[in-house]
Amino acid sequence: MSKPKFVYVTFIRTTPDQLWSALTSPDFTRKYWFGVHHETDWKAGSPWQMVFPDGRIADSGEIVEIDPPRLLVLKWRNEFRPELKSEGYSQCTIELEPVGEAVKLTITHEMDHPGSKFIEAVSGGWPRILSNLKSLLETGEVVLKTKPER
Amino acid sequence: MDAVFKALADASRRELLDRLRAENGQTLNGLCVRLSMTRQAVSKHLAILQEANLVATVWRGREKLHYLNPVPIHEIGERWIGKFERSRLQALSDMKKALEAGDE
Repeated sequence: MSKPKFVYVTFIRTTPDQLWSALTSPDFTRKYWFGVHHETDWKAGSPWQMVFPDGRIADSGEIVEIDPPRLLVLKWRNEFRPELKSEGYSQCTIELEPVGEAVKLTITHEMDHPGSKFIEAVSGGWPRILSNLKSLLETGEVVLKTKPER
Repeated sequence: MDAVFKALADASRRELLDRLRAENGQTLNGLCVRLSMTRQAVSKHLAILQEANLVATVWRGREKLHYLNPVPIHEIGERWIGKFERSRLQALSDMKKALEAGDE
């Protein structure tokens, strides 16, 4: 039985540097991650946290590997839902790869815990975060801007 | 986006996506078990799903594992569902204006 895991891929029309800065800048992250932002110094071995707008800790862990603007590996544990926190640490790998005029962004999130509820929970969140991020980088808006059809 | 709709317009390909939803990260051999399709057909359908970015693949040693990638489907939802909501809100606000103008 393989580990609970998902792989999400999106192609964003941007450069690896811009996408990397969008992924790691707290102000930019808040815009597409529903107000949440990272707190870390982005060095391998350093602590890493996701912080809610009200200052509560959403998730915490450690920077396992970092190679801007190509690879980020995080040790990641939920902190605000006891049933998810008790499952322990997951591993999240974020990879950026230029493809033509776009960047292929691959998020792999896995956990060594059969039937992981944590993986189930984050697997629902990532598509929303990724489509917000794509929209923000490509159009400058979080929600697609449309004119009313008349 | 055409590629996503084309890929989803086939029952066999939707069945493959359902099998990945039930068990993510399967090999081609794994996906062929208990399917009425030939291995060649499964392989062809997987290529179309990959082209549409509905299936992502990861190599584990010499095994190619297939994962359901729902991100393009979510993007379609964001685009059109959001739009319909906005136009419905616009219609409601137009109706309100018309009804309130009639009261005067």
